[in-house]
Amino acid sequence: MAAPVLRRGCRGRLWALACVDGGSCHGRGAPTGSPSNRIRGQSSVAQQPLHTAQKPRKGEHNWAAVVGLEIHAQISSNSKLFSGSQVRFSAPPNSLVSFFDASLPGTLPVLNRRCVEAAVMTGLALNCHINKKSLFDRKHYFYADLPAGYQITQQRLPIAVNGSLTYGVSAGKERGQVIPKTVRVKQIQLEQDSGKSLHDDLRSQTLIDLNRAGVGLLEVVLEPDLSCGEEAATAVRELQLILQTLGTSQANMAEGQLRVDANISVHHPGEPLGVRTEVKNLNSIRFLAKAIDYEIQRQINELENGGEILNETRSFHEKLGCTVSMRDKEAKQDYRFMPEPNLPPLLLYDATSLPIGTDPRQVIDIDHIRETLPELPSVTRERLVQQYGMLPEHSFTLLNEVGLLEFFQNVIKETRAEPKKVTSWVLNIFLGYLKQENLAVSESPVTPSALAELLDLLDSRTISSAAAKQVCPYSLQFLTVPLSQEMFSVTPQCHH
Amino acid sequence: AIGQHTREHGVSAALKQGQITPTELCQKCLSLIKKTKFLNAYITVSEEVALKQAEESEKRYKNGQPLGDLDGIPIAVKDNFSTSGIETTCASNMLKGYVPPYNATVVQKLLDQGALLMGKTNLDEFAMGSGSTDGVFGPVKNPWSYSKQYREKRKQNPHSKSGDSDWLITGGSSGGSAAAVSAFTCYAALGSDTGGSTRNPAAHCGLVGFKPSYGLVSRHGLIPLVNSMDVPGILTRCVDDAAMVLGVLAGHDPKDSTTVHDPINKPLVLSSLADVSKLCIGIPKEYLVPELSSEIQSLWSRAADLFESEGAKVIEVSLPHTSYSIVCYHVLCTSEVASNMARFDGLQYGHRCDIDVSTEAMYAATRREGFNDVVRGRILSGNFFLLKENYENYFVKAQKVRRLIADDFVNAFNSGVDVLLTPTTLSEAVPYLEFIKEDNRTRSAQDDIFTQPVNMAGLPAVSIPVALSNQGLPIGLQFIGRAFYDQQLLTVAKWFEKQVQFPVIQLQELMDDCSAILENEKLASVSLKQ
Repeated sequence: MAAPVLRRGCRGRLWALACVDGGSCHGRGAPTGSPSNRIRGQSSVAQQPLHTAQKPRKGEHNWAAVVGLEIHAQISSNSKLFSGSQVRFSAPPNSLVSFFDASLPGTLPVLNRRCVEAAVMTGLALNCHINKKSLFDRKHYFYADLPAGYQITQQRLPIAVNGSLTYGVSAGKERGQVIPKTVRVKQIQLEQDSGKSLHDDLRSQTLIDLNRAGVGLLEVVLEPDLSCGEEAATAVRELQLILQTLGTSQANMAEGQLRVDANISVHHPGEPLGVRTEVKNLNSIRFLAKAIDYEIQRQINELENGGEILNETRSFHEKLGCTVSMRDKEAKQDYRFMPEPNLPPLLLYDATSLPIGTDPRQVIDIDHIRETLPELPSVTRERLVQQYGMLPEHSFTLLNEVGLLEFFQNVIKETRAEPKKVTSWVLNIFLGYLKQENLAVSESPVTPSALAELLDLLDSRTISSAAAKQVCPYSLQFLTVPLSQEMFSVTPQCHH
Repeated sequence: AIGQHTREHGVSAALKQGQITPTELCQKCLSLIKKTKFLNAYITVSEEVALKQAEESEKRYKNGQPLGDLDGIPIAVKDNFSTSGIETTCASNMLKGYVPPYNATVVQKLLDQGALLMGKTNLDEFAMGSGSTDGVFGPVKNPWSYSKQYREKRKQNPHSKSGDSDWLITGGSSGGSAAAVSAFTCYAALGSDTGGSTRNPAAHCGLVGFKPSYGLVSRHGLIPLVNSMDVPGILTRCVDDAAMVLGVLAGHDPKDSTTVHDPINKPLVLSSLADVSKLCIGIPKEYLVPELSSEIQSLWSRAADLFESEGAKVIEVSLPHTSYSIVCYHVLCTSEVASNMARFDGLQYGHRCDIDVSTEAMYAATRREGFNDVVRGRILSGNFFLLKENYENYFVKAQKVRRLIADDFVNAFNSGVDVLLTPTTLSEAVPYLEFIKEDNRTRSAQDDIFTQPVNMAGLPAVSIPVALSNQGLPIGLQFIGRAFYDQQLLTVAKWFEKQVQFPVIQLQELMDDCSAILENEKLASVSLKQ
């Protein structure tokens, strides 16, 4: 994910409900907005194809949006949730399919320990209560890429419940300020992924690839505590970072490792919640924000025009930038949940409940997993702010770009320059250069050593700041080649 | 018997002593299979596979390195166990032509012991039935229909019709396996037992039918009926053989998470119980129902007397929730069936219809063509019970009742009872024409009443042939044990078997030129009966 989602203000909002106005808006989004918010918000809505020309109607400021998310994160594991097949993205179709994945009759699920550990780890990182006993259920529906006719999930008693996810939204008033917000995590459940259907409309046929069928998923259900696209986007981005830090999911949205469905409704504060729609097919964080904001606005418009909201599934159309009804005949289908009879209850232990003399390979110890948790992004950011005196916003940017934090830390290690200077150079000049060249940090021709060296030159006033900035992209590039080849010192060439 | 302590008599001993080779034995069984083809016991006869296995077995015997007591022994497997490279149909159009790429764990374990797989046996479609009459390959005929014992009794009865039209059902749903063992075409067969499907046909065919404790034997590869109740069953001609097969099959399987670790000692050898004076036999009073035939009732009572006269304590016990078992089973069974059958959509394996206007239309037509009325009826009921609005009222309640039924047994055993003694069936085998007067559901509900609660509770149970009825047909009685006390249960059953001296089926007329096999005590596998 290259797109930084941290933006100032809450852009893309037309409704008068502020999700960020300098104060917090926990819970179901009480209307804390002010007219100025709305006005500020309108400028950026201009890109949206619909409704932009409409003037705020009477009573519009009364609308509050309620957004809940269901996030599916593919577990990063060698094998699938209930079978020994490998998990790999973009393998030849149907090359990673065991007899169980293909639901051959008589095959039985065998739970993958790694997936359970990933769920526990994620649950702990999201401040969840880990259930020492959880159960598996079958959720039935007929679909070509669901070979068993049911998905094994955890509907009744999931592995983790009652957590919270704290994310930061940058405030508009003071530069660099980030307001922490919290969304409650209802539950985390283990479940199977489905296969993929490829619809060939030309020959009117559907092709099925079962490589993904049975891959372990963490379904993270967020309570409807969010109130706009940006909040949702920022929360998802934070979750993505956490998953990546834990290593429990690669959480790459482009590869479908992180998929988000949003439940959206609008209502007048103090009144019962409105009818909600579910928006699917949100495969990037940017589209997630856009789709939610569009859908909120659509619902408000619909209701203000005397229409009604249908409880339906909608899909986000990326090119049109709008949500469209999927006209799913089975939108309200009954999944006929039933306990999965082939899997005994999943039992977890902690230091106090661990039976004496048990083989540690046979049981999962929650406390042991807790001890192995890495530093979480929020802690890292706090450390950066404390240690280097950087603005909170900068700490967010450092973590949001894959590999940027490591790059920054390596530069810090090698240079005499002030941390603030390093921060400024890495975030402004270096990152700006990467964006311009459309490169990821890992693809950068500039090594941390090269930048460190340039900063040293600046620090020793060998070159002036203005000169360095002026020639920076050029000099950085130029610097790198010899450095990486370790042929000669770069210092003299900096003067070119 | 196959072997164990009957080594001096059993076919296993004959193989070891070189009196017969595995190939000869295999060919004799194959020839009997052909002779008794009209019984419709087998859906697939795996002749080539069996002969090849026999050849390999023969080599091992020549080298003096047989794999065990089952090496070279012909066995048959119900056609709802997956067999690698051999069609596995569940007697359904849905799976006609389906060739699994893997062996069920129980099949693999038998093959690893050198057993010869003679073929796949007939059943009710997807094991849903109690007669082995409702499969797509037609009904199985009970070998006892053609026995000297039954024929002679019928001659004495002036009302009985002559000819073949009133042949008897085997019971089910593992009727093919029962007929296969009963007609000497193999020495042991695998059945499956969800509500009595192994014990019921065993009782009707004069065999030992053993249902192990749930979790003792792997279900991996068994095409499920009700996952929470299914158990691979064992059909043999004597208790020792059943114990020997159990010894091979029992144990944890990493591919079946519901199997337990180290439940019993192996190899499983049954001691001969010298006296039963320390035993307490429970007689559940709720099993005395008006529908029970007077003959079976009297045999049941005589069996209890036998234990008592030999010094055992015989007490009446109560299993108060017995009468709710069948209706409770109906809800749980159909619900799991609805779920388990969802995978049969014609996309990946098995039958697929010609309709291709849409995926949904294809599913619907495939399933309509693939399943018989019984299966479709159960899917429909099951889906009804699982609907959100019905789930609490049906499924959850049935689960609670199931717990009560299981607790009934626990209470009985906690009161000091070692094993329970009950009838296996209400009556002896009935003629096919009689049987089909009632529909499958009515029949299943009636026929499973003594066997089915055991599956609810996951207990081990065995049907032992006791005597012939006035009509010359076998009658079985059932012993039920505590969970994972399978060995104790079989030890008691073995003692009982020895006391009752159940007669050998006499099929000489039927299989004239094969009679040599049957007369040869060593090979007929009935050496326990002298």
